[in-house]
Amino acid sequence: MAANPMSQFDVYRIGPEIKVGAFDISFTNASLFMILSTVSILLIFNLGSKKNSILPNKIQLLSELSYTFVSKMISDTAGSKAKPYFAFIFSLFMFVLFCNMFGMIPYTFTVTSHIIVTFVLAAFIFIGVTVIGFIKHGFGYLKLFVPSGVPAVLLPLIVVIEIISYLSRPISLSVRLFANMMAGHTMMKVFGGFVISLGIVGGWLPLSFSVALTGLEILVAFLQAYVFAILTCIYLNDALNLHH
Amino acid sequence: MVKKIYFQSIFFSFFFIKEAFAAESGGMPQLNPEFWVSQIFWLILTFGIMYLVLSKLILPKISNNLESRKSQILENIEAAEKQRKDSDAKLKEYDEIISKSKLEANSIFNQARAKALKDIGAKREVLDKQIDNEIAEAEKEIVSLRKNAPDKINKIAIETSSELLQKLIGADVNNSSISAIVDDLSKRNGDKYYGN
Repeated sequence: MAANPMSQFDVYRIGPEIKVGAFDISFTNASLFMILSTVSILLIFNLGSKKNSILPNKIQLLSELSYTFVSKMISDTAGSKAKPYFAFIFSLFMFVLFCNMFGMIPYTFTVTSHIIVTFVLAAFIFIGVTVIGFIKHGFGYLKLFVPSGVPAVLLPLIVVIEIISYLSRPISLSVRLFANMMAGHTMMKVFGGFVISLGIVGGWLPLSFSVALTGLEILVAFLQAYVFAILTCIYLNDALNLHH
Repeated sequence: MVKKIYFQSIFFSFFFIKEAFAAESGGMPQLNPEFWVSQIFWLILTFGIMYLVLSKLILPKISNNLESRKSQILENIEAAEKQRKDSDAKLKEYDEIISKSKLEANSIFNQARAKALKDIGAKREVLDKQIDNEIAEAEKEIVSLRKNAPDKINKIAIETSSELLQKLIGADVNNSSISAIVDDLSKRNGDKYYGN
């Protein structure tokens, strides 16, 4: 069981089975790590915003740096119109980042390694962005699919391609995060398994790979959270500042 | 040799690993829909609560903190700028005072110098006069002494020669005859003895 590199993604019930109608909403290990991530985010940022000293302490500096980092990311990619959505993108970035980082601790569960979780997030973003786009521009938002400066002959093809690429946004967004997380963790598990099976003689090579992979995965964990947030910003930018 | 065995053992062990994993592969747990609803439910719950708390309570506080710090820093910079200007002005004032007092000190020094030079000049004149007087007096004395000296010498010569003659001859000799001789000699050789 432990040797299976996919067993780390198993979701299992913690405590009793909870059913609402036909739906099973039992508390699972995934729920546990979602709660852990959100609670640690709230704890850190609550501590970081409690005192306002001119010379910030470490936790205050951390929270303020994160704040300015995300706010700069949003204003760089989506402009000043995206300010009302700052809180959502900040929560999104922090949630994905913390879930990814919690997954890097051995024997933990990576919430974002499940397609359903990332897909719900991506679908919510997709629907939200589309709704915002139609509210802001009405049916003019459909001009998004008609790029300017394209020869009339190519236009039908381009419009089809644009629509497909727009509709595949939630899939690409969710699969990117999910696949990165799953692949990285599987690879680490596989190399960890090599260390055990090769023993004291041959285990050193996969062990060194494992060490290097851990560093890489921490980088990927941060990078994927960043990519997720920045792509959300870019989609939001399309909806807010229609420039076609 | 050891290296070769090491790498060979790694190479061969890959064959066994594949079998070890193949025994219990069961697909991706991600695609098992058993807990999908539960995951969606808990995701919406936790993320929603986190979003609400962050957006309503924590993020406004952080932005407030950042703003207040920014304004406070700007205020402090302004105050520092003002103080710098003040101190610059004071420094200028101080420099002016210093240069003024330097000039004053210079003029006082020059005045004192001129006064002292004047004093010295006056005193020197007085002293020069005094010295001149004394020199003149001394010269006069010397002149008078020089005038009197031949007479005295003559007298001494007369007396000594009379005494000498008395002792040599044993008889008194008239002083007047001696003095005539001395006078005669001194007149003849006076220049030789007292000549300058």
